[in-house]
Amino acid sequence: MIHFVLLISRQGKVRLTKWYSPYSQKERTKVIRELSGLILTRGPKLCNFVEWRGLRVVYKRYASLYFCMCIDEDDNELEILEIIHHYVEVLDRYFGSVCELDLIYNFHKAYFILDELLIAGELQEPSKRTVARLVAAQDSLVETAKEQTSSITNIIAQVANTASL
Amino acid sequence: MKEYIIRLVYVEMLGHDASFGYIHAVKMIHDDSLLVKRTGYLAVTLFLNEDHDLIILIVNTIQKDLKSDNYLVVCAALNAVCKLINEETIPAVLPQIVELLAHPKEAVRKKAIMALHRFYQKSPSSVSHLVSNFRKRLCDNDPGVMGATLCPLFDLITNDVNSYKDLVISFVSILKQVAERRLPKAYDYHQMPAPFIQIKLLKILALLGSSDKQASENMYTVVGDIFRKCDSSSNIGNAVLYECICCVSSIYPNPKLLESAADAISRFLKSDSHNLKYMGIDALGRLIKISPEIAEQHQLAVIDCLEDPDDTLKRKTFELLYKMTKSTNVEVIVDRMIDYMNSINDNHYKTEIASRCVELAEQFAPSNQWFIQTMNKVFEHAGDLVNIKVAHNLMRLIAEGFGEDDDTADSQLRSSAVESYLHILGEPKLPSVFLQVICWVLGEYGTADGKYSASYITGKLCDVAEAYSNDETVKAYAVTALMKIYAFEIAAGRKVDMLPECHSLMEEFLASHSTDLQQRAYELQAVIGLDAHAVESILPSDASCEDIEVDKALSFLNDYIQEAIEKGAQPYIPESERTGMLNISNFRNQDHHEASSHGLRFEAYELPKQTVQARIPPASLASTELVPVPEPMYPRESYQTTTVPSVSSDAASTELKLRLDGVQKRWGRQTHFPSTSTSNSTSLKTVNGITQVDGSNTANSRTRETYDSRKQVEISPEKQKLAASLFGGPSKTEKKSATGHKSSKPSSHMVKSHAPKSSMEVASEKTSVQQPPDLLDFGEPTVKSTAPSLDPFKDLEGLLEPTTQVSSAVNHSSTAAVTKSPDIMGLYTETTAGAHHKDSDILSGLSNPPMTNMVGGTTTMQVAQSSKGPNLKDSLEKDALVRQMGVTPSSQNPNLFKDILG
Repeated sequence: MIHFVLLISRQGKVRLTKWYSPYSQKERTKVIRELSGLILTRGPKLCNFVEWRGLRVVYKRYASLYFCMCIDEDDNELEILEIIHHYVEVLDRYFGSVCELDLIYNFHKAYFILDELLIAGELQEPSKRTVARLVAAQDSLVETAKEQTSSITNIIAQVANTASL
Repeated sequence: MKEYIIRLVYVEMLGHDASFGYIHAVKMIHDDSLLVKRTGYLAVTLFLNEDHDLIILIVNTIQKDLKSDNYLVVCAALNAVCKLINEETIPAVLPQIVELLAHPKEAVRKKAIMALHRFYQKSPSSVSHLVSNFRKRLCDNDPGVMGATLCPLFDLITNDVNSYKDLVISFVSILKQVAERRLPKAYDYHQMPAPFIQIKLLKILALLGSSDKQASENMYTVVGDIFRKCDSSSNIGNAVLYECICCVSSIYPNPKLLESAADAISRFLKSDSHNLKYMGIDALGRLIKISPEIAEQHQLAVIDCLEDPDDTLKRKTFELLYKMTKSTNVEVIVDRMIDYMNSINDNHYKTEIASRCVELAEQFAPSNQWFIQTMNKVFEHAGDLVNIKVAHNLMRLIAEGFGEDDDTADSQLRSSAVESYLHILGEPKLPSVFLQVICWVLGEYGTADGKYSASYITGKLCDVAEAYSNDETVKAYAVTALMKIYAFEIAAGRKVDMLPECHSLMEEFLASHSTDLQQRAYELQAVIGLDAHAVESILPSDASCEDIEVDKALSFLNDYIQEAIEKGAQPYIPESERTGMLNISNFRNQDHHEASSHGLRFEAYELPKQTVQARIPPASLASTELVPVPEPMYPRESYQTTTVPSVSSDAASTELKLRLDGVQKRWGRQTHFPSTSTSNSTSLKTVNGITQVDGSNTANSRTRETYDSRKQVEISPEKQKLAASLFGGPSKTEKKSATGHKSSKPSSHMVKSHAPKSSMEVASEKTSVQQPPDLLDFGEPTVKSTAPSLDPFKDLEGLLEPTTQVSSAVNHSSTAAVTKSPDIMGLYTETTAGAHHKDSDILSGLSNPPMTNMVGGTTTMQVAQSSKGPNLKDSLEKDALVRQMGVTPSSQNPNLFKDILG
């Protein structure tokens, strides 16, 4: 299973973290520090796997962003590599040629997408289309909810205005 | 508010404490608006762990949301369930989740399945009655749900293979449908049909098929299909391929599948991508258990990976080497491991590799000397990372010898150990574990061979105790060692005079805060005051191996008990019969289950555990606290109880781990066969244990050879040597074969064909004694009979001219056969003639000239003839030298390996 997902920028800034195994806040910072030291220093031609504390970390670099997933020793590393790619493709489709800034400003959306893709450390949905559909459904629902609330607040505001007048 | 919470998530992600805001996130999930609720759920899943206090506030909301008729709300709640529900709260949500398994929306069904999977991971018993649901969901008409179902099934099957054998057929048919692209297009990924589902299925099949022939037979066709259909140009295709290999290596072996697996592996290893190499090495490690011979073709690729700058790849390769270690290559592999161990500073991995070194050394050690040296190295470098058990093992080994009834060898071993330890003690900083071993050995055997005086040893021991004054255990070991030495002296009737520093040390220890040290010091004082006879009975010399009978039943107390009962005491009731008594202390040695069933149960949901261990025998208690007790009884006891297999005697070293016997036969290096040093011709017979070739085989060997030699062109001789030593290339046997080939030439053919690259430099050097040209035996068997086999030359020739040119080369050499000795040889002997004065020169020279030969060979055709006469003599001399060095295994031949490992 996947123990955690990390997105780190090339400067070592954390862009997204998702923990599927319990880690305390202290451990988390330690893990991030250790791993960014380990991964960011690796050369471009080396393989995308790192052994770390008896676990394996699979990482892939997209532009200035490193996507890392930590897995058990007996998992299929290439598969994880493809899961990362899968995630990036979904992100790409959702944001339309995704870049680091998209993730910084909409990181909660990146989380929602990740939640549709992985759950409890396992890949739950191998179909890009399904993920996209679900996320879109959520978004549209959110939109309508937003409209409703804004209209309600408008009405209230108007009522308040008229009342005060 | 929503924005704030998102900011808070960000703050937390950057590693700052945001716990003040958790409660607001919890409040948000109560909100009616879906927008806010989802954000709240997101924040909560990111903030909280399953054992957080706030969970209890969330459960109620989750319950409500699971019943919601908006499936998005349900999904959000299920996401949270997967992350946040812990063992205690599972019952609260379980019924609702089971209901959701029949939800019309597939996304909900899928998440419900995953939630159940999570529950299963947390507490298997809570969902054990729901297994049938998983089976039902496997037939779900949505592939996503089906794929998700595979996750829990995989876990279930891992734990209990046998109850799912009936599913093999359905898994196979699903896999077949997937592979035949029956799934909707949306599940394709990079033109592969649903690869993630395929991988999951293959994993499950591997589990189901392992050591089950019948189940495996059902899988053969579909796995074979996948092998064929996999597109090895894309990453995902390789992922599926890799999974296929894993599956093949795990199920009941099928020759055809193994073949395709081997093909796939060789593609992986040959690829430029490090990822694929890595996977190739890993796959090789899996497959090598079943068909050891496939590693043969990949030896050079493996060596390349070992030299690779990529650390991950290196580690993986070490893992592979670890798996294929056998008695013939253990020295090289362990040497390499230790080298690597020195070069890293990652403690976690260092510990692991150290324990592997120890394990290998114990299992395969060719000689006691080597074992002790290796252990010394491991201790020195890995220090306190080594398990203490290893140290005790080493002590036992030294004490018992190797189980052979050869006292002189044992005492030799001991004195050499003492010597090396005395030497090592000079070094400034030693790990505590190692010091304990040193102290113990010095105490036990320091004066045994009379080489060192007692005062010298005691002086050293005092130094140790002083230098490591903050390590109590070491000090205790040192004091005990002192006591032993003095006791031996007294027993031998010599007068004991304590050194002044020893006196001061004792003064110090007598006042020590540690009662252990204090007691030891007093005991030492007492022993010194006794007369020789008494001392001898207390501390008999060299008695550390004698067994002590421990009377567990304490039968010698029977009289006392009888007496007590007669006086009216109550008879003893065994603990198991003493029900209802809340005397907790009596239950200490009993398993927890019993204790909890008899006494009050404090933990409401505690599950009955398997009985952990029946009563611990008293002896093992002694072994857990292995602080030396002055009586020699301590080591004995610990030895009895430690269960680590006895360190390899020669007999043990021949027994192979991982079913590698096939390998050994084919490319095993039989270097430490005693016969090698005596007669060349006989040793040849045993080389590689292969029967002799006849004419039909030569064709085969030629093809392989040309393949090999083409590869060799880019490979430095050093690597070849390493390959040889790792993969059992007989650097020495090859020499042998070359020198002795007059008497038995066919067998030397054999050698060459199976380990050609091993050390052809060496061999060719040898063969310069005999002029006849190499390539003869390819084409003309008649000529071969006149011209002794010169296999290494074939290699050289092969390097120059790959297969297409071989025939011409044959022609050339056959004409040149007897009349003139071939060029290459001449060039070779020139280089070696200059070098043969010193052994080291020869050895260092060995690695380089062949390369130049390869290049220059074709051009310098006419050189050789004139130098023929003197060369013969030179090379004979040199031959003798090399043989001297070569007969013994690498430990006695350090130059060779220094060269390689450089």
